[in-house]
Formats: sequence, structure tokens, C-alpha cells
Amino acid sequence: MVTAHVQPGVFDGAALRADFPVFDRPHRTGRPLSFLDSAASSQKPRAVIDAVADSYAHHYANVHRGIYELSEDATHRFEAARDALARFIGAPSAREVIFVRNATEAINLVAYSWGRTNLRAGDLILATEMEHHANLVPWQQLAAATGASIEYVAITDDGHLDFDDLRARLARGPRLLAVTHVSNALGTINPIVEITRMAHEAGALVLLDAAQSVPHMPVDVAALDVDFAVLSGHKMLGPSGIGALWGRRDLLDAMPPFMTGGNMITRVTLDGADWNEVPWKFEAGTPAIAEAAGLAAAIDYLEGIGMATVRAHERFLFEHAWAALSDMPGIRFLGPDDSDEHAGVISFVVDGVHPHDVATILDGEGVAVRAGHHCAQPVMLRYDVPATTRASFSVYNDLDDIVRLTDAIRVTQRTFGTA
Amino acid sequence: MDNLYRDFILEHYRAPHNHGALDPHDLAFADSNPTCGDEMSMTLVLDASKQRVTDVAFDGRGCAISQASASIMTDELRGMTLDEVREMDPRNVVANLGVPIGAARLKCALLGYKVLQGAVTGVTSRWPDEADVLQKGPVS
Repeated sequence: MVTAHVQPGVFDGAALRADFPVFDRPHRTGRPLSFLDSAASSQKPRAVIDAVADSYAHHYANVHRGIYELSEDATHRFEAARDALARFIGAPSAREVIFVRNATEAINLVAYSWGRTNLRAGDLILATEMEHHANLVPWQQLAAATGASIEYVAITDDGHLDFDDLRARLARGPRLLAVTHVSNALGTINPIVEITRMAHEAGALVLLDAAQSVPHMPVDVAALDVDFAVLSGHKMLGPSGIGALWGRRDLLDAMPPFMTGGNMITRVTLDGADWNEVPWKFEAGTPAIAEAAGLAAAIDYLEGIGMATVRAHERFLFEHAWAALSDMPGIRFLGPDDSDEHAGVISFVVDGVHPHDVATILDGEGVAVRAGHHCAQPVMLRYDVPATTRASFSVYNDLDDIVRLTDAIRVTQRTFGTA
Repeated sequence: MDNLYRDFILEHYRAPHNHGALDPHDLAFADSNPTCGDEMSMTLVLDASKQRVTDVAFDGRGCAISQASASIMTDELRGMTLDEVREMDPRNVVANLGVPIGAARLKCALLGYKVLQGAVTGVTSRWPDEADVLQKGPVS
């Protein structure tokens, strides 16, 4: 029997695109859409869209409130979504998963609640130079509010965290290290197990920005041994408006509420209130009910493929794209060249052409990429570029997308007469 | 690409007019485009009355649209009074590019205008309202 050689662990992205209605939408050029901006926000499969609609059509009432069938149904589904997410990220307990709007809100929750309770003047917060603005600005604000100081772990020329610098700064006794799992601007996958071990030995808690890893690879917060992890639903094929904070139960129990109001209390008098248990202590007001149903459907969809398979697929695409772009003149890359250490995010510069112009010309060829600083201006400064063009992959991409990307870059270079 | 990158846009990008910095100068200002982080600075020299532009230059790196727009706009400035500069309509700055500018690239097209307004008013100016510029079109 002859078996066709199939790249191990890789599936047909084109066949999978049939699950995503957006690819039926005609592009104004009449070309197929190559959507290479999933690091900003992913497209949604029909199953997710249907789950949101089904929630509103058949299962909708406020949660944790009504003593009637529909409300109990809505509450059950909302909590089932929490269970699904907890299982998906390896959380020891669903009670440790707090629904928020997005990863940004989750980081702000920790910065306000844990940070303002625990940090004092003279304390040190450690972040890294490769963080998204969402994992920088809340800590800068926390430092300003508490008198704590903030330092940043350097990155190397080839896009890794500088471990010598990390070691040196950890020796200064920071209270918390805020670090990304995958850099949205460089594609770097950080070795979190090792980083966490070093941070814990130095007495620092670790907050992991998992917004760019959870949608693209197996992530187990318990195995990574971090203390907090944050993610956004919209980057993992789910709806916008829902994300999550996972935190160690003992830490969450000791933290005061972030926002206050309904649902997060057990008893309110005109003199004050008693706080509900986690996770509800941190979920003031009516949450994103239909979005939770959509998120559960997204998790179901990703688990149907298998996260190890998703990672293998995107790694395959990364290797082909990196090789194809490396063969072209006038292209410079940011980030590591080893696919073990690089997620499906390629940040590059086309010599002589501003990334905005690259993205505009690519758009004219049906290729959607991000151009800009990717909310990581310190990274741009580090590599002395004002901005980059970024192509990022998800399950619905395939080798045709890479051919269209390289063809469109050639059009760009011809237009500008640079290659 | 919808004819955005016509030859004259690319010519202004490759060899922008009024590029560099004037020293000494009477007015100077710098500003940036938050979408891409591009920064642009501008220097102006005024006549003896300090009310009329005699020379102008802009500096910084940016995309073809921002560079061409600043290049074309600054060509028009010599001889204008500061009041006339302050009353310039951003719609005309966009129209003078002569290519279709959509919402995604509007800040690129108006970065030079914004820096110029900062220079002649002394304070960072607001971005012109997108709907005003795109929907109402150029004024005559």
C-alpha cells in the first residue's frame, strides 16, 4: 500500500475554511481573502456564531439571579463555559477562572486588586521589553500609584529574552514578573517553565500573558506553574467582549474586588457589603452571557482539531513562510529563526517601503496583514524600526496564503522599485 | 491597490520637497501618528513681520502617503500668512494628494497638516474629524 506523504500533524487549512463564513465574503478585488492577521483577532467558525445566536434565541436570561427555568438554564451554560475554559488551560479548579472582557482587563484586575493591596514604595515590578502595551501600562500605573519601581528584562538581537539580564534583575527581589508567553510583535515563544522556576526562586509571582499562546498551542497553567494567566476570547476563534483571568486560588481569595456592584456581593446594607466568593467576587454586573456560550463553542472547535495539531499546523506554515521570505531580496525579520521558539507570527520589514504602504498594497492583492507597532512600541525602539509588517497564522491558513503573501510582497517591491 | 501609489506620489516619497530642518528657524514642532508611531518634525522661517512664512522644511521617516502629503503641502506654504495657514482646510490637504484616501490611511495623509498646525498654534492640534474630511470632500 502506498501512502501519500503527509506532513505529520498538519491538516488541510483550505478545507477548514469552509467552517468560517467570512471566507464566503467576496473581496473587492475578486481575489480570495488571505487573512493573516489572527494575532490581532481571529475569524469565527460557524459553530461559534451559531452558539452566540442560540444563546440569545433559546437560552437567554440573566445568570445567577432568576428562580425560573430559563435563568437556571442560562446560569448552567455560563458556568459550563467556565468549566470548559478551566479544563482547556489546565486550571486546577474552575473557581479560579474569572470572566472579564479581555486580557487587558484581566491584567488591570491584577494590577489594581493584587497590586495596590500588596505593593509598597520601594518594591520592584519586573516586566520585559517584549510585552504588549497591555502588559506594560497597567504596571507603570501601579508603580506610579504605589511608589514601586518597574524594570524591564532586555531582549537579545535575535528576539529572545536575555537570561543574564533576567537573572540579574530577579536578584533584586521583584514582587512580580509580568511576562508574555508568545510575543505578538516578534513571535518569540518564551520558555515559561524555566522563567517561572527562576522567578519563584527569587520570590516573585509570575503573571503570564497567554493571549497569543492559548489560541495556538497546548497551554497548561498548572504545568507552567505560573501564578496568574490572562487570555482573550476573540483571539481564539471566540467572540469579542469575553476573556479570562486565571489565578491561584489562595491569591484570588486574598485579593479585594476590582470592580464592585451586583453579583459580586453576598449581602449589602447601606453601611457596606460582604464580598462573594471567587470567581464571582470579581464579576460585578451582568457578564458576557452569550459570549461565554460562543467561547465554549470555540474551545470545543479547537479541541476537535487538537491543540498539538494546531501548533504543528502553524509551525509548518511558519517554516514555509520564513523560508519563502528568506529567499526574497530586501526582507528583514524580527524574532528568532528557530521554529521551536517561534509561533505563527512573522514580523518583517521590506527595505525601502514603509509597513503601512506594504499593508495597503497587500490589501489590494487580497492579503490582510497588520502594519504598525503592534502595541509594542518598546520592541520597535529596540530594533530601531518605526513599525513592521506582521503576518500571523491560524487554523484556516494554508500554503496558498504564503504564496499570495510572497507574490504580493513582490508587487510591493516592483511598485516602489526597490527589488 | 486602487491607484494609491501613482508615480507622482512615489516621486514625492523618494525625493520629498522641503525635506530636512531649517536652522535658525522661527517655529518648530513635532508630532506623531499613533497608529504606526511615525514621527514628523517641521521648522518654519518667517519674514520680518513674523506673520508670513518665507521658508519651511519637514523631517522624519514615514510612509509614502505621509511623506508625499507633507511634501505637496509644504510647497504651498511660502508666502502664506500665519492666519492663512491656521485656516487651511484639511480636506484640501487630502484632496491635493490626488489619490483616493480612505479612513485607514487618513492619519498618514494628515500627519504633516497636524504638525504644521502645531507649529503655527504652539499646541498639539487634534486630528481633524474623520467624517468631516472623508465625507464632505474638498472645499473650493
